[in-house]
Amino acid sequence: MANFYNDNKDLKFHLSHPMMHKLVSLKERNFEDKDKYDFAPLDFEDAMDSYDRVLEVVGEISGEIISPNAESIDAEGPQVVDGHVKYARGTQENLDALIKAGLMGITLPRRFGGLNFSIVPYIMAADIVSRADAGFVNIWGLQDCAETLNEFASEEQKMRYLTRVVHGETMAMDLTEPDAGSDLQAVQLKATYDEKKGTWLLNGVKRFITNGDGDIALVLARSEEGTRDGRGLSMFVYDRRSGGVVVRRIEHKMGIIGSPTCELVFKNAPAELIGSRKMGLIKYVMALMNGARLGIAAQSVGISEAAYREALQYAKERKQFGKPIIEFPAVFEMLSVMKAKLDGSRTLLYETSRFVDLYKTYEQISEDRKLEPAERNEMKEAQRIADLFTPLAKGTTSEYCNQNAYDAVQIHGGSGFMKDYPVERIYRDARITSIYEGTTQLQVVAAIRGVTTGGYLKQIRVYEKAELKPELEKFRRILISLTQDYEEAVEKVVASGDDEFIDLHARRMVEMAGYITMSYLLVLDANRDSSHLRSAQVFNKMAKGEVKARAEFIRASSIEDIGLYKY
Amino acid sequence: MKGLKIIVLAKQVPDTRNVGKDAMKADGTVNRAALPAIFNPEDLNALELALRVKDTLPGTTITILTMGPGRAAEIIREGLYRGADSGVLLTDRAFAGSDTLATSYALAQAIKEMGHYDLIVAGRQAIDGDTAQVGPQVAEKLNLPQVTYVEEVISVEKSAIVMRRRLENGVETVKSPLPMLLTVNGSAPECRSRNVKMLMKFKHARTITEKQEATEDYTHLYDHRPFLYIREMTVGDIKTDADQLGLTGSPTKVKKIDNVVLQAKDAKKLNTSDEGINDLMRELIESHVIG
Repeated sequence: MANFYNDNKDLKFHLSHPMMHKLVSLKERNFEDKDKYDFAPLDFEDAMDSYDRVLEVVGEISGEIISPNAESIDAEGPQVVDGHVKYARGTQENLDALIKAGLMGITLPRRFGGLNFSIVPYIMAADIVSRADAGFVNIWGLQDCAETLNEFASEEQKMRYLTRVVHGETMAMDLTEPDAGSDLQAVQLKATYDEKKGTWLLNGVKRFITNGDGDIALVLARSEEGTRDGRGLSMFVYDRRSGGVVVRRIEHKMGIIGSPTCELVFKNAPAELIGSRKMGLIKYVMALMNGARLGIAAQSVGISEAAYREALQYAKERKQFGKPIIEFPAVFEMLSVMKAKLDGSRTLLYETSRFVDLYKTYEQISEDRKLEPAERNEMKEAQRIADLFTPLAKGTTSEYCNQNAYDAVQIHGGSGFMKDYPVERIYRDARITSIYEGTTQLQVVAAIRGVTTGGYLKQIRVYEKAELKPELEKFRRILISLTQDYEEAVEKVVASGDDEFIDLHARRMVEMAGYITMSYLLVLDANRDSSHLRSAQVFNKMAKGEVKARAEFIRASSIEDIGLYKY
Repeated sequence: MKGLKIIVLAKQVPDTRNVGKDAMKADGTVNRAALPAIFNPEDLNALELALRVKDTLPGTTITILTMGPGRAAEIIREGLYRGADSGVLLTDRAFAGSDTLATSYALAQAIKEMGHYDLIVAGRQAIDGDTAQVGPQVAEKLNLPQVTYVEEVISVEKSAIVMRRRLENGVETVKSPLPMLLTVNGSAPECRSRNVKMLMKFKHARTITEKQEATEDYTHLYDHRPFLYIREMTVGDIKTDADQLGLTGSPTKVKKIDNVVLQAKDAKKLNTSDEGINDLMRELIESHVIG
């Protein structure tokens, strides 16, 4: 019986982080639901036990149903039938299993039928499902659009839509258009209010919409005639039962084939306004994207896990020159580095999730009562770190999962290039993670302010002060020296006062911050559990080389370099 | 039409599908300590079949009946997580050593105490004994019609049930009056996963014995959550004839147990000509591997 939760002790390790006590107690408001709902936890231990048991169900469905279905879904893919999407057989089977198991609306409040879980176990579920099938996780994971509804829709709208999500209706976020990809300010889909019908009507085209035929869609549309920028855009919810949207085609993609990527035509499609007009892009899409980016980070970590496991197993089994190839330094080094990248990604993912969870929970609490000044400060601080770490996590984990997928194919040699092994699919599936929900380059744009204003440095200093076991002190010394390199590099680039020069080195600097941050997090993991020592060591060595290389590059770079690279 | 009252017979068994080197003791008996205890696979098929009846026929209730030691209550919890409504653990030292005859006697007597029922569903056989006798014997003792090897319930009519059975060379559709007992084949649909809300709701469900032995302090919980009470039946709760119970009531005697270790010793090279294939076929038939 394959269970993708039970067979991975790193997941239990991250779930048992000391900060969970605070997160769960806040989320459960001191366990007041226990008298209202027969499945609500009685205390902290009971809640953690429930998280553990529920993740075990996720692990079982992932290992027994989703993973075995991945190959046939990849071969079959979804189809358009009469303007609507028909999932591949396996996709529907996966979805049915998760719905029957009650794994929809995991983070939603219980009054809508949700489980009211912390974001941490939800992200962990996404991590597990992604390892089983990275394409499928998109359809299931779009339930986090419901979080945006929960945050901004009216109580009456929530009651109507969220209760459907928990019963298994799928969602979509309709943002991208043919001429509005990374630049969403250019969205043209038109929303006009029809006085006679008393509803908003949507007209236009959306493109590259994941699960575009989902039951409930959040749609970004231009409600303010004559405007051209983001301030004219509002957020709408479209109910597939209303009709008015046709799937024109499904894209033929390189990977995540089971996830239907749709081109949608809106013809007088009725829709409801969410929240306030004109806040669509400025406020709601930003919230939506932050949630989605964390989801992609989880997907990336799951893919890294799958790639690493496939590579490890193959390297143990494949014999050449009279011994398993894992015994050759060229191969075992690759595997250790893959594991270190996987562990670095995962520790950053859960650190980010905890801060996101903390501030979101405080936000929810503030709807019911006024926060104490200390709570307010804690919320703001958590949000600041969450905003810093979300693009860093999305960028890093997605790049690492691509690197791990590449190395996994490499370890398989010629066999990895064939469709006979799962790594071929994993390699194709990985590719999108560093592109959608904002390319790595755009994550750098979102992160660079954290570099130039000292945000990352501030958090690095927090880690720097952590108490460590004596044998881990040497890592702190190395990381303090790397932080010095980072500071000097940033200082030099910022001092130039030239935006283009800053942008030229932006990725390098963000990556330096990322290496130092992940390296600290892994040292802290090793401090809590010595089984993480190996990855902490391997990552630290890599971080040292990578940070030094970037520092040297920046040291030797001058503003004239812009001319050298520019077209 | 109104829902059915269904009893699902289930057994906790050692997981003989994942046998390690410690699976058998030196005397040739099963080393239960080395094998994880699981829900007998075909009993899970049986539960799924019952759950599907419940899905299509609102008002249907499912009660799991299991006989075994105290830890077999886990089977009932596993059933509750998947949608069963209640469970009964039949447990007593007096049942120890029961063969299929004594087991079916005890189960039948317990069922008589459980009140009205329309349908009894059991797995075809358990993976520890592979006898496939308990289901049919219970039906005989209760004087019920029985249908074996069922894969699917096609329809439930007023006081009758139509189902499909899997036979060696095809399928057969049969109709039986209710109440009746059916046994479910492993080719029937697999059981659904645990539902996480049910899991969280019922994870503290305990039998009276478990409550007395409990180390965790959730005792206050049971007062206002009566659904957390798993009914325990002992020999005193059912009408029985002591001669038909446990080891005394079990005519089956184990004569000898051989510990067979299958291993390929030497390889034989065959040529691919018609003659070579003929030789192989003859050899396989002679050694009764086929035919």
